[in-house]
Amino acid sequence: MLSKTLKLAAAVTALSISTAFAQDVQEIVDKASAAAYYQGEDGRAKVHMSIKDSQERERTRDFVILRKDIGDVDNGEQRFYVFFERPADVNKTAFLVWKQPHADDDRWLYLPALDLVKRIAPSDERTSFVGSHFFYEDVSGRNPDEDNHVLEEETDDYYVVRSTPKDASDVEFSSYKNWIHKASFIPVKTEYYDENGEAYRTYTALGVETIDGHPTVVKSSMADERIGGVTEMTYSEVAYDTGLPEDIFTERYLRNPPRRELR
Amino acid sequence: MKSQATLLAVLMSLASAHAQEPPPLPAGLGSSSAETQDDKDEEQSGAPALPSGLGESQAPALPAGLSGEEQSETQLAEPDEPFEAPFGLTGFIEARAGVRIVSDPYEKQLSIGEVRAQLGRDIETRHATFHVVGDLYYDQVEDVSDVNLETGRGFFDLREANVLVRPLDFLDIKAGRQILTWGVGDLVFINDLFPKDYRSFFIGRDDEYLKAPSDAVRASVFNDIANVEFVYTPRFDADRSITGERLSYYNPALGRIAGRDAVINAMTPDDWFSDDEFAARAYRNIAGFEAALYGYMGYWKTPEGQTPLGTPFHPKLSVFGGSLRGPVKGGILTAEFGRYFSGDDKDGDNPFIRNGETRFLVGYEKEIANELTAAIQYNGEVISDYAALKSSLPPGASAPDRMRHVVTLRLTKLMLNQNLTLSGFNFWSPNEKDGYFRFRASYKLTDAWLAEAGGNIFYGADNNTFFGQFENNTNLFVGIRRNF
Repeated sequence: MLSKTLKLAAAVTALSISTAFAQDVQEIVDKASAAAYYQGEDGRAKVHMSIKDSQERERTRDFVILRKDIGDVDNGEQRFYVFFERPADVNKTAFLVWKQPHADDDRWLYLPALDLVKRIAPSDERTSFVGSHFFYEDVSGRNPDEDNHVLEEETDDYYVVRSTPKDASDVEFSSYKNWIHKASFIPVKTEYYDENGEAYRTYTALGVETIDGHPTVVKSSMADERIGGVTEMTYSEVAYDTGLPEDIFTERYLRNPPRRELR
Repeated sequence: MKSQATLLAVLMSLASAHAQEPPPLPAGLGSSSAETQDDKDEEQSGAPALPSGLGESQAPALPAGLSGEEQSETQLAEPDEPFEAPFGLTGFIEARAGVRIVSDPYEKQLSIGEVRAQLGRDIETRHATFHVVGDLYYDQVEDVSDVNLETGRGFFDLREANVLVRPLDFLDIKAGRQILTWGVGDLVFINDLFPKDYRSFFIGRDDEYLKAPSDAVRASVFNDIANVEFVYTPRFDADRSITGERLSYYNPALGRIAGRDAVINAMTPDDWFSDDEFAARAYRNIAGFEAALYGYMGYWKTPEGQTPLGTPFHPKLSVFGGSLRGPVKGGILTAEFGRYFSGDDKDGDNPFIRNGETRFLVGYEKEIANELTAAIQYNGEVISDYAALKSSLPPGASAPDRMRHVVTLRLTKLMLNQNLTLSGFNFWSPNEKDGYFRFRASYKLTDAWLAEAGGNIFYGADNNTFFGQFENNTNLFVGIRRNF
């Protein structure tokens, strides 16, 4: 009898512990956004993109990306510096983004052959980044505040979160579902659904490495049935907290690339 | 204990029964279920967060569902190896051909017929970066075969040959041949008095050739109050402007369109360190807007004066101005003005030297649909001493309008995964009743190959207006380029 009571108590405790650990969904998506886009105070990586169209024709992009979080605040303001190396026609083209979580990003493009610093009109965040299947928003992060989130399910490994846009006119999906790895808060898979609930676009994290203590997606893919084909993105030479000075993200370094930081 | 495990198993299977299959964990992320299977002990449901170290040890084992095999197959389909030029050279080779679509009695029918190879190389040392870019080309239309590094004519055009040093944290110095650009106008330049090449621009060369190189020293000083740049050009660099050799123009002395029969041969200031140019810019960000002030001391970039003997020359010019650029209502607003002081005609009463002017522009650019961007711009030019100019004109000579208005519209559309770019740019002057329409379609056949076609359409009611005079130069062109 006593042992039965104990068993029951143990079962109840086990259940209540799991409830206690079930996190507030907002906290989950915030942490997932921070894990995907805000690791460390700054970061750098070499990126290789392989863009395959529906007929398997491949195009590639190679660039170095530098990032700094202003004030080291997760899900806050950020600066990005993207330096293109390939294909050859965009070699040495530099792209600067000042990301504001609650306003349009400020963006500049530097065209070296013309020595031209062009300010780019804010575009739909959900348009292709350099012709790939990734959108601007996939590369720089979608603000968690733009969607309503529901924790649909919890598995051993994942929080499965369904997100619905607060302003549906802004986006091409009607909802998306995110499988967020419980331990690391890395979004492992994201599926975008149309108005009929059909998945047409899928992001997948294909490889994760822990670099400087930060779990980092080093390989990922984005497939989009509407466009056809898939883009695979590979990160290499990733480093965090390299002490990037904030002035890297200014016109000075657009015109004259920060070679030491890009190497 | 057993019943508890059973209970949990039932609960879990119930939970997963209606659930979608979760994605397999990628390489590098630890699975808690795998963990609990390994040491089938208690606490499995509670086990919340694996320490990051465990994630690492869980290394590659990609579960079946993940397209492990498919992946290796796609990797077998190797992309064609990008062509690497020797010695770290970068650049392109291209062929370009174009024809006038109206007949021009003073020019060849062919507007461009060239093959070109651009070669560039960077060399980095500890303290300096060297940068050289040069174009070797052969143009069927070009008559000049001797290389002239100033005009870029002959068979070689040295675009850049400079060294960049950072002697101090807050100082960049770039010295040598370089391309220089500033200001916020879209193909309208007010405070950018660095040399342009309108010849290349009008005959369908790539946009980059609109900018002609300067032989100059650029010093940039950076600080929190305002960044300041100085550009010193020890010997005046004129525009590569319309001379009649390749493009016909209105010749006021002849009172008609002229071309190869009346080539403009201007006197160009060319004494080192005395016929020099000095340009400066101070800029900073103010509340999301980029604000800048400019100054220039030098010469009109095109021969805007005539000696008593009728020889065109470049009169003195000073310009002071400012600009603003920033986001407004989901687009980018630009504004710029410049006051032009014509140094050899201070009172504006010399009809043979261009009067002073105030130039200004206001522009707005916005993405109006998916991958479609529109930009509209108004540009005004007001003659400074209009009354003096008018009264100085010889009897019978017609006076220009006091003010010239130009409206520009740019549309750019990206298609086919951004491999096809369609663009159109129109200049239109309501008071001069003339304009210039540039359009282009360029398609990236592969990452390396680019094909393009376009046109330069000049139109106007009169043949003596800015764009109207070029009407006979209206041309279409095609080109193909291989980048490396």
